[in-house]
Amino acid sequence: MSYQFDFQDVFAAWPELAWGALHTLVLSGIAMAIGMVVAVAGALGKTSGPRPVRIVIDAYIELIRNTPFLIQIFMIFFGLPSLGIRLSSNTAAVIALVINVSAYGIEIIRAGIESINAGQIEAGKALGLRPLQIFRLIVLKPAIQAIYPSLTSQFILLLLNSSVCSAIAATELTAAAGDIQSRTFRSFEVYFVITCMYFVMSAFFWAVFGVIEKNFLRTPVER
Amino acid sequence: MRELGSGDLFYIIGAIRWTLLLSLVAFAGGAAGGVLVALARSGRFRWLRLVAAGFIKIFQGTPLLMQLFLAFFAPGIFGISVDPWAAAALGLSLHASAFLGEIWRGAIGVVPAGQTEAATALGLRYWPVMALVIAPQAVRIAIPPTVGFLVQLIKGTSLASIIGFVELTRAAQIVNNATFHPFTIFGIVALAYFCVCWPLSVLSRRMERRLSVARR
Repeated sequence: MSYQFDFQDVFAAWPELAWGALHTLVLSGIAMAIGMVVAVAGALGKTSGPRPVRIVIDAYIELIRNTPFLIQIFMIFFGLPSLGIRLSSNTAAVIALVINVSAYGIEIIRAGIESINAGQIEAGKALGLRPLQIFRLIVLKPAIQAIYPSLTSQFILLLLNSSVCSAIAATELTAAAGDIQSRTFRSFEVYFVITCMYFVMSAFFWAVFGVIEKNFLRTPVER
Repeated sequence: MRELGSGDLFYIIGAIRWTLLLSLVAFAGGAAGGVLVALARSGRFRWLRLVAAGFIKIFQGTPLLMQLFLAFFAPGIFGISVDPWAAAALGLSLHASAFLGEIWRGAIGVVPAGQTEAATALGLRYWPVMALVIAPQAVRIAIPPTVGFLVQLIKGTSLASIIGFVELTRAAQIVNNATFHPFTIFGIVALAYFCVCWPLSVLSRRMERRLSVARR
């Protein structure tokens, strides 16, 4: 093997990489937060809205889920300006991620809403629980238990997917790597290092989400 | 800058064959690798199970775009230069191996252990047990999520455009750079992907529903 590995230039650029990773986390966090608000609204519309609303939401879900994220981001960043809407690459990245994640989130939240059992709410009333107790113990907790695994893995998917935002030069880790690469020509080394960084981020969130689930979201089993 | 002509549209739509071919190659490669991963993951040897689990985790925990970049740049270390087509096919095949491996391991796990025990008691060895007893039952469970993953894979081929493989997305970018009608061009491309992916999504969901009814 004649290839000489040279990680020196890549490691020398660590402030850029740290900055990029931080922006990847911020970008993903913001998109997830807004995406969930949109998803809750969409799920409510889908479960209890009038028929035209349900059809529009269904069409939205199918359209987003069956087209590549890269095309969605191009449509928003390059396509919208021809309609007079000009966005910075970071704003376009957030909007594209929100649109993408909400299409998956709506179905997850809807499943959570539908997991609530009307009979259990009535049983709670019969037992004399107060409305707030019913909401907290009978509605909220089982619903969160039902959607938690899907939502958390959706967040990790979003985090990984955000690397595609480098295609419109949004500020995040993959774009930072692209800058370093074009300066140092150490393509393999740069991308190897940031692949490891993405993996560390995923592993961190897997671990944290797992701990939260274990300690707060398990129903104690009666023996 | 020139106008967007019908030749451009034919060029874009024609490029869909490269998207489909890349999807097909990646799916075939992924199916071959996926069988190995699934068998290793649910097999007898602890170290093999761990290796397969690690392989799956690595691909689930890193962006597909990085997997493609590394497939493009890593062969250079060994003095092999690959063109974007080979890199995309390699990267997507490995990606699909990990995800199909995980899906199929799940399907193998759903088949009751009594089936393996009964087949072993009848004197069948590992491969006949797997091929004649487990596979026919696991395949039925595995098909809907496999078709669902195929949709992910087809969408994923669009990222091959970033390493320079000219498929549907890259063809659209090329035409857009010359004519600058992004809304029309990417709109058409989105529609093209939708026409390929949506029927598969519907099919996957329908089979899923039929299976869950049959299992009740």
